[in-house]
Amino acid sequence: MINQSVPPSLNAMFRLQWEQAQDCYVLLFPEGMVKLNGSAGEIMQLVDGQNKIADIINILNKKFPDAGDLTDDVHEFLIAAYDKKWLYYE
Amino acid sequence: MIKNGFIMNNETQIKVGPPLWLLAELTYDCPLHCPYCSNPTELGDTKDELNTEQWLDVFTQARAMGAVQLGFSGGEPLLRKDLEEMVKHSRELGFYTNLITSGIGLTEKRIAKLKVAGLDHIQISFQGADPEMNDIIAGRGNAFEQKFKMAQSVKAQGYPMVLNFVISKQNISQVEDIMRLSCQLNADYVELATAQYYGWAYDNRDHLLPSQQQLIDAEKIVNEFRDKQQGKGPQFIFVTPDYFEVRPKACMNGWGSTFLTIAPDGSALPCHSAKMLPLKFPNVKDKSISDIWQQDFSFNRFRGDSWMPQPCQSCDEKEKDFGGCRCQAFMMTGDMDKTDPVCSKSPDHHLIQEAIERAKNPKNPLLERVNKRSIKDADIVQIKL
Ligand code: SF4
Ligand code: SF4
Repeated sequence: MINQSVPPSLNAMFRLQWEQAQDCYVLLFPEGMVKLNGSAGEIMQLVDGQNKIADIINILNKKFPDAGDLTDDVHEFLIAAYDKKWLYYE
Repeated sequence: MIKNGFIMNNETQIKVGPPLWLLAELTYDCPLHCPYCSNPTELGDTKDELNTEQWLDVFTQARAMGAVQLGFSGGEPLLRKDLEEMVKHSRELGFYTNLITSGIGLTEKRIAKLKVAGLDHIQISFQGADPEMNDIIAGRGNAFEQKFKMAQSVKAQGYPMVLNFVISKQNISQVEDIMRLSCQLNADYVELATAQYYGWAYDNRDHLLPSQQQLIDAEKIVNEFRDKQQGKGPQFIFVTPDYFEVRPKACMNGWGSTFLTIAPDGSALPCHSAKMLPLKFPNVKDKSISDIWQQDFSFNRFRGDSWMPQPCQSCDEKEKDFGGCRCQAFMMTGDMDKTDPVCSKSPDHHLIQEAIERAKNPKNPLLERVNKRSIKDADIVQIKL
């Protein structure tokens, strides 16, 4: 699922953090850890209950001007992240 | 031989990653007496326990190496009055902090204090779905009521909560009630885990190990229940005993690959039951965590595959299960270098079959875990279940 009008928030079950030893962002949860790849980490950082999806896309398009339009990538990732219950819309 | 964090075996080179998972067994002391306890049957002396400062230093060192998950366990970790201080320190270091507790000794106030200190998650163990079953297994009255109340409070105070039910012959028929209870308590994850047969549980195995039919029935109930959930409510994880498998579990994700346990007295172990093995394990009082992890003989002993016997050595599945559990091989065959007898290719596989047979008619008395240095005859309590 994806919701354009409500900003996505990180599920309280997870903690997002930069892990030096892994050289990537990770999601931590009870007794577990998911390593995020570069783009997933960039997107999850912006999932803060404030930014709507359009804002996230804008910020990333500005930050990575050479990457082309990131709309589809962001949508695809957010759908997957919702299915994994990493985030919710409320 | 070790060079720059690489272990050089004759034919293989294995990079040692960080001990991602640190289990801090703060004390073996515990108010409960579960016969399935996997703590060693020789519980040691509480005055040898690491002090606050030593623990804080362990956390600092392990974090610097890249450890990220930290479990406070025991025994009952709540018996340590400095728990809040340890949580605070390790949370500030960036650990994800897990409290693994029986729930005895928790209060609403302490749950709140731990939250302020930065605790991320609380796991509470239950012994059954109702007071009658729970308290007889736990060997303590009113344990269920206490756990139930504390589980409610843990959720009310906004923690992620895991419930852990140790499943045995005694309570396996309650599995559906257990699942309902977990929904009622609003748990996030629920482990329905058949006892692992180490420590006390190994001595009591005949009394604990469910039959294959009981497991099949339980698994069916779990699956039906899950189907009805439609993605809502707790996530249930059903762990069957490996005795009924034909391949062993990948022990600790590979010996010395991910897990580091520090026992109450500071012994460093590749897993919480490894102390039973005829190996000399290092102590954090004498050596740095990095030395222990990267260089100690005991940690290198079963890394890679050059130590492996046949049939593992020439088996194409050795990357998958690493030859199975060293403790299980040792307990059952007396030789820690052997293939885990759970594997159907193991020449000792018949020992597992025999254990399953024996569990149908237990002969020895059931031992309750006691918190003494060793069990004397007078401490052996037979409980009827
Ligand atoms: S023979 Fe050894 S490596 Fe092969 S499956 Fe059995 S335990 Fe695993
Ligand atoms: S050998 Fe492995 S799984 Fe087995 S009890 Fe020890 S570390 Fe654990």
